[in-house]
Amino acid sequence: MNNKVILNSKQISIIIDRLCYQLIETHSDFSNTILIGLQPRGVFLANQIVSRLADITNYNIKYGELDTTFFRDDFRRKKGILTPNETNIDFNIENLDIVLIDDVLYTGRTIRSALDAIGSFGRARSIELLTLINRRFSRQIPIEPKYIGKSIDVFEAEYVVVNWGVENNVILNN
Amino acid sequence: MKDFSSTHLLGIKNLSYDDIILIFNIASRFKEVINRPIKKVPTLRDITIANLFFENSTRTKLSFELAEKRLSAEILNFSSLGSSLSKGESLVDTVNNILAMKVDIIVVRHPDPGAALFLSKNINASVVNAGDGSHEHPTQALLDCYSIIERINNIKGKNILLLGDIKHSRVALSNIFCLKKLGANVRVCGPPTLIPKNISDLGVEVSFDMKDSLNWCDVVNVLRIQLERQNLKFFPSLREYAMLYGVNNEVLRSLNKEILIMHPGPINRGVEITSEVADSHQSIILDQVENGVAVRMAILYLLASKIKIS
Repeated sequence: MNNKVILNSKQISIIIDRLCYQLIETHSDFSNTILIGLQPRGVFLANQIVSRLADITNYNIKYGELDTTFFRDDFRRKKGILTPNETNIDFNIENLDIVLIDDVLYTGRTIRSALDAIGSFGRARSIELLTLINRRFSRQIPIEPKYIGKSIDVFEAEYVVVNWGVENNVILNN
Repeated sequence: MKDFSSTHLLGIKNLSYDDIILIFNIASRFKEVINRPIKKVPTLRDITIANLFFENSTRTKLSFELAEKRLSAEILNFSSLGSSLSKGESLVDTVNNILAMKVDIIVVRHPDPGAALFLSKNINASVVNAGDGSHEHPTQALLDCYSIIERINNIKGKNILLLGDIKHSRVALSNIFCLKKLGANVRVCGPPTLIPKNISDLGVEVSFDMKDSLNWCDVVNVLRIQLERQNLKFFPSLREYAMLYGVNNEVLRSLNKEILIMHPGPINRGVEITSEVADSHQSIILDQVENGVAVRMAILYLLASKIKIS
């Protein structure tokens, strides 16, 4: 298996800064906005964004974590059980602007299930999507992100892994 | 995560420790779901569940039905009252007729011990035992243990008392299996006539002294006198039972600690437990009811995940 680094730690840091300023540009003081990290891996990116926004603004950022397992469309279609993760949304989302945050956008099916799942908490005024990696030309559902870290064109058999640790990076496995 | 080991839920006896923990983990996710503004998920929208109740039930039936509705399953409800069973139809024929309507899971309550096991061997559907005579009531034991863990974090090494009519209680037997598998110390207490002769073979302590047992335990699960299963007199009067084995404020105040009070319902207020105790801050009876829906959702979710798309 060949591994290719698509983004290194420094590049990810620069991208997160840019994404934060793009969010500030649209959402100003975040008083009507909630950032939602998608379980399991979108939460890592969301944590980085929330932490960076706290550094560069003094706004109170509302933040939650959403698991979409019970809304997925592949229940009973995979070997083994679909394991749900924790959802932490302690506020009413009625008439607020939501930003869904995930690490890699591929087929769009997870986001489709997230749109259904977030509806359990009320009727948001708007829902936007932020993703670190946008795998282009691989969508199975008409969903596109508003905020993009980096768009890449890779083969279907290739796998994009975002690692969050001491050294953050994005690896392409083929 | 490990897979659920069975395609049925017939009793706690057949479950592994990992199965029980898996059910609890999934149940905690569903507990969050049923506290959302919109409490429904679409997961089981292509699953049909038949609730077959050959014996009276209020809370278990409602709890299962709500769990199924929260999961978006299609539901068929059957009650033996006024059914063709009274015309001489056998259990298997009745159930197979219902299954011919393309049912994936059946939830069955029956007065005969072993009815759920019998059905699981003779029909082509997943079977959930919602109580079979005085044998097992696995979902009640699971929700009881889940409620204990939710309140005191860990059940291992804790002293849990089952108080009351042990002899006729399927809740008692399932609780004993579940508590022992989770590492609790279990004691049963009640009048000698309502304690089965060889119950200590299951690894439980036996006592006839309520006050001593309440002082020993961290949690007491107060069981109802099952008058409907008693064709003999097992104690002189309900009044005498209430005096010797009824949990009231006076006896709780005399203990050297505060214990957790549970009751699987239905409650006979003034007999096995007084209203003040049932409604006190030590009581988690209503938590048990709420957790019952979450635990049943978890069980149905796990069983349905094993039914592959044809």
